[in-house]
Amino acid sequence: MSTSLLPSDLRYTKSHEWVRQNPDGTVTVGITDHAQHALGDLVFVEVPEAGRVLAAGDAFAVVESVKAASDVYSPIAGEVAQGNASLADAPEQINSDPYGAGWLMQLRPAAQASAGGLLDAEGYAAFLAETAE
Amino acid sequence: MSLTTPLHGRHLELGARMVDFGGWDMPLHYGSQLEEHHVVRRDAGIFDVSHMRAVDVEGRQAAPYLSYVLANDVARLTAPGQALYSCMLNERGGVIDDLIAYYRGPERFRLVVNAGTAEKDLAWLRTQAASFDVSLTSRDDLAMVALQGPNAAARLEALWPRDAAAAALALRPFHAVSPAGLAGNPFVARTGYTGEDGFEILLPSGEVTGLWNALVAGGVRPCGLGARDTLRLEAGMNLYGNDMDESTTPLESALAWTVSLDGPRQFIGRDALLAQRAAGGHRKLVGLLLLDKGVLRSHMKVYAGAAGEGETTSGSYAPTLERSIAFALVPAATGDHVEVDVRGRRLAARVVRPPFVRHGKAQISL
Repeated sequence: MSTSLLPSDLRYTKSHEWVRQNPDGTVTVGITDHAQHALGDLVFVEVPEAGRVLAAGDAFAVVESVKAASDVYSPIAGEVAQGNASLADAPEQINSDPYGAGWLMQLRPAAQASAGGLLDAEGYAAFLAETAE
Repeated sequence: MSLTTPLHGRHLELGARMVDFGGWDMPLHYGSQLEEHHVVRRDAGIFDVSHMRAVDVEGRQAAPYLSYVLANDVARLTAPGQALYSCMLNERGGVIDDLIAYYRGPERFRLVVNAGTAEKDLAWLRTQAASFDVSLTSRDDLAMVALQGPNAAARLEALWPRDAAAAALALRPFHAVSPAGLAGNPFVARTGYTGEDGFEILLPSGEVTGLWNALVAGGVRPCGLGARDTLRLEAGMNLYGNDMDESTTPLESALAWTVSLDGPRQFIGRDALLAQRAAGGHRKLVGLLLLDKGVLRSHMKVYAGAAGEGETTSGSYAPTLERSIAFALVPAATGDHVEVDVRGRRLAARVVRPPFVRHGKAQISL
């Protein structure tokens, strides 16, 4: 099994989302290389509308491969600044560039939101190794 | 523990993502289900379908026996190599399985049945055979591959000796031959489950890896069950267990064309179908094209307005159309447009008549 890409500047969840801290205080969220590989070719993606308020753990997006639909969960609480509209016509960007063009949403974290439960790249890699088949 | 085909090791070596299919460990895809779908529409792909089962039916009463147990009429098969697609029904007209029946010569037929229903089919066939002078042989010794795509014929021509290739290429659709001069004496049929030209080849288990490797080395792309499903759905072909089962009749499943219902021939399920046809007003299987954005799947509720409600039986994203399509079992009075409950939202869909795609081209207006 190939080792997946794990940028070291991101944080990760056990449900295979990644979080990037932006200079303006927002965060960008997407799904990891491991997740896109497991899902296979994506054919439809639903991203949230700006203004939607999310609690940590809320399902905020749906990614559909040919075979099945999967929910994507918000790693932290906050308000959606924008969803990635380009995914409507090109969902495959998640497969080809999961940490770049395949981003799902930009979120304004709630004041009391904690990033404490998130894993760093090493922690996520260890989690993948533990749960590998 | 899973059942495996003789090609199982090859699938793993090729990096296949494996999945359970009716108790068999089979390749879902080898990297990209979408690419595999496209290569079959544009070039040539090969599928391991060894989990399906061939059953040889031979003996003095082979023809009258099959005439009784099959809804389509084997009397139409007059020349060796001719085949037909048929349902096998229970007394209520419900579909036990769909299959292809090949006439091989006087008193010799071969049936090819689905993997998930093989044991059920054999038990049924054996029970029905009790009152006929016929022998049934489940050919567990045979493996099967499906070579499909516009370039399938060219790949066989490049691989096989000239006379054997010529015999295969001369086959008309729904005909089979065992060309001379090939290791293992393969049974080659011009049939398929994709809507493209192609061949389904039955041969001894010990020979299948050699054939697979030679075709792949010649440029044929290995394709998995994921692509097989999107190809057959686009081609308007039913999947047993989804689009029909023992609770549906062929008349309800868009398979009336496979039933030879008129005439004096007695077959299991005939009376039930005649009654259903006379009564009219029964459910019908239709094609759906999703108009809103999303993906149709099986078991989604369909709202047909005043006509009532139905349910999708198969659904997927259709890679050649770049749209989502489905089959749905709906009330008889269902019109041109319906709504489908897709993950809690009611999306608009248009009722269309399959096939959606044939020989690589859309058959419905998008």
